[in-house]
Amino acid sequence: MYLYSLTLQRATGIVCAINGNFSGGKTQEIVVARGKVLDLLRPDENGKIQTLLSVEIFGAIRSLAQFRLTGSQKDYIVVGSDSGRIVILEYNKEKNVFDKIHQETFGKSGCRRIVPGQYLAIDPKGRAVMVGACEKQKLVYVLNRDTAARLTISSPLEAHKSHTIVYSICGVDCGFDNPIFAAIELDYSEVDQDSSGNAEKEAQKHLTFYELDLGLNHVSRKWSDQVDNGANLLVTVPGGGDGPSGVLVCAENFVIYKNQGQADVRAVIPRRVDLPAERGVLIVSAATHKQKSMFFFLLQTEYGDIFKVTLEHNNDLVSELKIKYFDTIPVTTSICVLKSGFLFAASEFGNHSLYQFQAIGEDPDVESSSASLMETEEGFQPLYFQPRKLKNLVRIDQVESLMPIMDMKVSNLFEEETPQIFTLCGRGPRSSLRILRPGLAISEMAVSELPGVPSAVWTVKKNVTDEFDAYIVVSFANATLVLSIGETVEEVSDSGFLDTTPSLAVSLIGDDSLMQVHPNGIRHIREDGRINEWRTPGKRTIVKVGSNRLQVVIALSGGELIYFEVDMTGQLMEVEKHEMSGDVACLDIAPVPEGRQRSRFLAVGSYDNTIRILSLDPDDCMQILSVQSVSSIPESLLFLEVQASVGGEDGADHPANLFLNAGLRTGILFRTVVDMVTGQLSDSRSRFLGLRAPKLFSINIRGKHAMLCLSSRPWLGYIHQGHFLLTPLSYETLEYAASFSSDQCAEGVVAVAGSALRVFTIERLGETFNETVIPLRYTPRKFVVQVKRKLLVIIESDQGAFTAEEREGAKKECFEAAEIGENGNGNVDQMENGGDNEDDPLSDEHYGYPKAESDKWVSCIRVLDPKTATTTCLLELLDNEAAFSVCTVNFHDKEYGTLLAVGTAKGLQFWPKKSITAGYIHIYRFLDDGKSLELLHKTQVDGVPLALCQFQGRLLAGIGSVLRLYDLGKKRLLRKCENKLFPNTIVSIQTYRDRIYVGDIQESFHYCKYRRDENQLYIFADDCVPRWLTASFHIDFDTMAGADKFGNVYFVRLPQDVSDEIEEDPTGGRIKWEQGKLNGAPNKVEEIVQFHVGDVVSCLQKASLIPGGGECIIYGTVMGSLGALLAFTSRDDVDFFSHLEMYMRQEHPPLCGRDHMAYRSAYFPVKDVIDGDLCEQYPTLPMDLQRKIADELDRTPGEILKKLEEIRNKII
Amino acid sequence: MQASDRFNINSQLEHLQAKYVGTGHADLHRYEWAVNIQRDSYASYVGHYPILSYFALAENESIGRERYNFMQRMLLPCGPPPEREDD
Repeated sequence: MYLYSLTLQRATGIVCAINGNFSGGKTQEIVVARGKVLDLLRPDENGKIQTLLSVEIFGAIRSLAQFRLTGSQKDYIVVGSDSGRIVILEYNKEKNVFDKIHQETFGKSGCRRIVPGQYLAIDPKGRAVMVGACEKQKLVYVLNRDTAARLTISSPLEAHKSHTIVYSICGVDCGFDNPIFAAIELDYSEVDQDSSGNAEKEAQKHLTFYELDLGLNHVSRKWSDQVDNGANLLVTVPGGGDGPSGVLVCAENFVIYKNQGQADVRAVIPRRVDLPAERGVLIVSAATHKQKSMFFFLLQTEYGDIFKVTLEHNNDLVSELKIKYFDTIPVTTSICVLKSGFLFAASEFGNHSLYQFQAIGEDPDVESSSASLMETEEGFQPLYFQPRKLKNLVRIDQVESLMPIMDMKVSNLFEEETPQIFTLCGRGPRSSLRILRPGLAISEMAVSELPGVPSAVWTVKKNVTDEFDAYIVVSFANATLVLSIGETVEEVSDSGFLDTTPSLAVSLIGDDSLMQVHPNGIRHIREDGRINEWRTPGKRTIVKVGSNRLQVVIALSGGELIYFEVDMTGQLMEVEKHEMSGDVACLDIAPVPEGRQRSRFLAVGSYDNTIRILSLDPDDCMQILSVQSVSSIPESLLFLEVQASVGGEDGADHPANLFLNAGLRTGILFRTVVDMVTGQLSDSRSRFLGLRAPKLFSINIRGKHAMLCLSSRPWLGYIHQGHFLLTPLSYETLEYAASFSSDQCAEGVVAVAGSALRVFTIERLGETFNETVIPLRYTPRKFVVQVKRKLLVIIESDQGAFTAEEREGAKKECFEAAEIGENGNGNVDQMENGGDNEDDPLSDEHYGYPKAESDKWVSCIRVLDPKTATTTCLLELLDNEAAFSVCTVNFHDKEYGTLLAVGTAKGLQFWPKKSITAGYIHIYRFLDDGKSLELLHKTQVDGVPLALCQFQGRLLAGIGSVLRLYDLGKKRLLRKCENKLFPNTIVSIQTYRDRIYVGDIQESFHYCKYRRDENQLYIFADDCVPRWLTASFHIDFDTMAGADKFGNVYFVRLPQDVSDEIEEDPTGGRIKWEQGKLNGAPNKVEEIVQFHVGDVVSCLQKASLIPGGGECIIYGTVMGSLGALLAFTSRDDVDFFSHLEMYMRQEHPPLCGRDHMAYRSAYFPVKDVIDGDLCEQYPTLPMDLQRKIADELDRTPGEILKKLEEIRNKII
Repeated sequence: MQASDRFNINSQLEHLQAKYVGTGHADLHRYEWAVNIQRDSYASYVGHYPILSYFALAENESIGRERYNFMQRMLLPCGPPPEREDD
């Protein structure tokens, strides 16, 4: 079995983010690392975050830094990754790519303890960069310019110190003196030797300054001083004339200013009032804002509160450090303060946001200062504050993030054309159920009812030079309605259009006149109001029209074509007639090429399943240039120029290809390339779009031609970052559409459906999925889909949080104390985290749940109707109980029908040792057609039931290392049989016939068999590789798919002969008596597929995302990405793609220096999986490289693109 | 020191032990081995962001706190070393 791996949705979580001017000039951009993807974002004029570029780098990005050479206008990007190399990138604005400027190897690849890459620090003047590892190694590279002003990099200088753990490094701003780097270090050499344990207590963190002597080209330890043992983060303080220099050391509960030759200035970080005493406050992210006259720091704590830190200083001597409460936003991994007055917050879980500054915290607020620091016998006295509403920031945009995907199911609950992906995302108060549908989101601008059922709609400008459309023309069965577009859209009668007849086409003709084609003739409305009518000869009527701005072709009933051209005077002149062999089904004229008089090609579709290209040139007018037969009657034709390659911010530097698109009656979209000179058709592709013949319309997207295809659902064909994408729109069936441009909406679409006229715009181009969000209460763990009742049952649980009542009580108390007089809004039923609920003064989604002791748990079981997004039943578990597993089960006595089993643990603690008070299995009965739950009984068990599954009318439960079979009793569950031979903890159970596939948390899969006659469970096969299982899915009788904690996806299969032997063992003696070696099972499964995804896969499912498509394995990851693994069906395809992958590896090595093959084999050698993400980078290569690879493969670049498109279309 | 000494197995091993932390030797104690494994593991957790987030989810802590905890545990991952009987 060979698989094709393709990422459907790139990771949405962010590892780190930096900001700077990467394209040069004044615009501020943000570079974010999303694990293995590097993105360039920019907030546009409207404050919406736009993704300019997104590159998969096939490696793990751990740190990013930006620097600027003195006098330069542009920032470079330094990437610290797992490649054992330092990589410096520059953003190339013209080509819209990251150019690799330097790549220097310094160590082994992989995230290792002593290989640098974890930390990056930059000299603020851009003269040197330091790369550090968690332990021992630190390397300094000197950056400079050569005579041609190109960036140069030196060989590395070592600043190693062995037996030393490094917590953070940063550059020290000391103007143009020798660059200095600071590091928080902890020496463990004595601790390792001292068995009394005293050395551990005495272990002391140090702040060390390393000076790079530019003259001697040498790094030396300049200064080292003791620092608070809770230190975890360093922040550079501006120096060299802008400030006092030195560093801010962020430690648990404190912020300390330190510099050589100065006493420490220490201030305590204010604490939230409700924080338990044993918890510290740790700074997790920091940003500096520097202006000419002032600077300040924004530090965010692990609870989400942002503090503004300012320094009082006088001639490099810092006298006071102030920490003032600023605002509270969800916890971030990085915050970026942009010069343009924005703050980009890269959230650690959940959506990222862009905020605008309203103020910079000048107003009085809770403030702690070094001057008022009080030390008592119990240590330093903390200061308390209560989080409040945003005062200094206002949120203006959100970037969706699925991180973390906790569970996922694909199901067509809504009975749409394609299945929906239900994902459980987020954590704590920011958790949500997100329903993903393949397709682009649209935003509806207007819907208005019309006095009848329209058949078609057009928009026209009055003049070629006009920016906006002047009229919307709607055609009915026997009339035409003209609406003028202005401040409002209203009906007009003075437009000159004939309104007593239906229309076939309406367009701008020549420079400034309008044309209406109706069944009996052509009405040509000149700019001055004169009207010319051309009438059809005899009783024949016009059936089809094709036109561009200068040419019109009409088809009369019977199959006669008449060709008109606009002459020099703007008059529409008949040029040629041509008799076709039969009626014409559809026709289209290619748009007039730039600087030409006419277009050369007319395409005519006939009822004999052919498409003909006719010439419109005067010398060979109406000659047939080529004929293409298609599988069914073409109903709609459209010429579209496609410039599918890189260049510019999303443009092309290649000559455009002219594509002829045809919508066939069977619902297939047929695309073929038209040779611009000869008109020959080649390279045809077809794709099934829906149950109706697609109607094709040309519209504008981002100033480029795009194609709208209306089948049983609408599709959009457009160019995004060099790829031509054909994506469904998440909208209802439309009849007819036209592009629409007005003052309010520059690039919209007007469409008719039923009796309504709709105006909409298409949003977030380039995304694969659009999502519907339903908020949840606690971190969702697992869910089950009740397909028949169309309901979901979700279990949610959170550690270290208070129950809803406790929280509500505390909130009320706090408001009463503050005398706001507001009643918090009320009762427990409204405790959902309703997104942007403006009335809620302290929405938990924003501020997080108050922290409780770590042994407290809250949990709930929820029945949700996803269609209406309503919770029909919510059971909150009491007494520290938390739900961890759920399944539906039909016991064989059928008294209650389907029941719900939920596995819970009471008082679970992980630290210092995993322990529980008790475990339970709850059995619930569904009431009101599944809408609510009633507890039948609760059975105490001796461990945490982490896996539950129905099996032959009974319930299988994995409790710790025991697999147990239960039957339903009146008062409790009854034990029927058990097997205690599993190595660690059972985390998944799947069954098929009499086989049970058990996943162990640490030891991969175990195949078991239940023998009913003996009432025994036997393990007959297991895996020889210790896999820390995070997700599993049953593929077939002998095969399981699994994913491990280290980011690998793998398939194991029981060899056919072993499987047969097991099944053909009539006495069962063998399976019973056979012993394995070393406590293992007698048989071993074989690994048949292995692939390193590079991200912890949390859920796997087999599903088909397109109607009639083959099934593939869909996976979701912690970083919020979705991917698919598709099995190849032919050997040829395997050969083709494995060769393409090989050439791509050779010709286009990954951007950040990790070897592709090594990355995909990071833990185990990759086996039988072809990396589609690498193959899909083919269109982004320069043209000559594309040709070179194509030659090696004996194909043309076009064929390769077609292959890539085809295989993608098989998945989504 | 003769030229050949530089290439014999012992000096090579010493070189490796100096260069790569955690390279073992014949008399390696079980405790030292375990400490190395633990430190390597923590460094790997800190380096792989998805794994770090996975832990953060399990413990319901922020990712920054989790990273700090792992770095702190690198100091003495297996408790104080056992009493040495001098050999």
